Amino acid sequence: MEPGLYHILFISAALFFIGVYGFFTRRNLITMLMSIELILNSVNLNFIAFNKYLWPNKMDGLFFTIFIIAIAAAEAAVAIAIIINLYRSHRSIDVENAEELKY
Amino acid sequence: MSGSTIIFYLLAALTLVSGILSVSTRQIFRAAIYLLFSLIGIAGLYFWLNYQFIAAVQIVVYVGGIVVLIIFSIFLTQQAGEKLSKQKLSRKIFSALAVFCGFALTMLQIYQHVFYVTPDQAADVNVLNIGKKMLSVNEEGYALPFEIVSMLLLAALIGCIVIAMREKKTIDTEPAALDEVKKETV
Repeated sequence: MEPGLYHILFISAALFFIGVYGFFTRRNLITMLMSIELILNSVNLNFIAFNKYLWPNKMDGLFFTIFIIAIAAAEAAVAIAIIINLYRSHRSIDVENAEELKY
Repeated sequence: MSGSTIIFYLLAALTLVSGILSVSTRQIFRAAIYLLFSLIGIAGLYFWLNYQFIAAVQIVVYVGGIVVLIIFSIFLTQQAGEKLSKQKLSRKIFSALAVFCGFALTMLQIYQHVFYVTPDQAADVNVLNIGKKMLSVNEEGYALPFEIVSMLLLAALIGCIVIAMREKKTIDTEPAALDEVKKETV
């Protein structure tokens, strides 16, 4: 079968839910960050697929993807700065040990 | 089955299998490497869709930037050879169940929905058009979000430095310490 929009949407949905599964089961902050990256990538793939197959006369999906990539990079940098700071003060990057962040 | 189709399925398998391995392996460094392969697979899919610019951005930013950042933070925070703690089986099962139900629901919705394709002529997605549109201030231009993202990146840069900065031992406590010394001498 020739791959089309539905195939890419399948990959994108599968990748999204793989990321959600990782987010549910992981308890280490860095691996949770990796799951978030997977989720963001699935969203990017979705935007590109819709742009390619449904509105090929426009480039909006492409620009959304570029901006999401830029924001994801900023988010990863800030998250890792926080994680390293947490590791310095608690000697652990487990979310169970980070509950003081609430207060 | 044409070559293009085979390449598509190979890329899809690479992306999904390494994604699954990335969230299920118990060694954090391997998880980062599997994540790398998953991101490369997605970049390959962008190439397959003829969006070369996005594929290049994906490789430069994700594979060259974020994964390297994650690997460095693993080096800084993880002891060598230490495995991640095992999760409760019930948590795994319920997460898998919830995820599977969500996936099934989403796919059901997608396959029931009929998408309408625009009849207009396809635009040429090359770097020239992307650059012109990104810096244009017309109705369909993206100059404002572009500037806002640049401000966001600057804010993230400064924020990271401030968060990760080691606090200096300040000398503000000196007067109090002096007072104590005075008391002791008295």
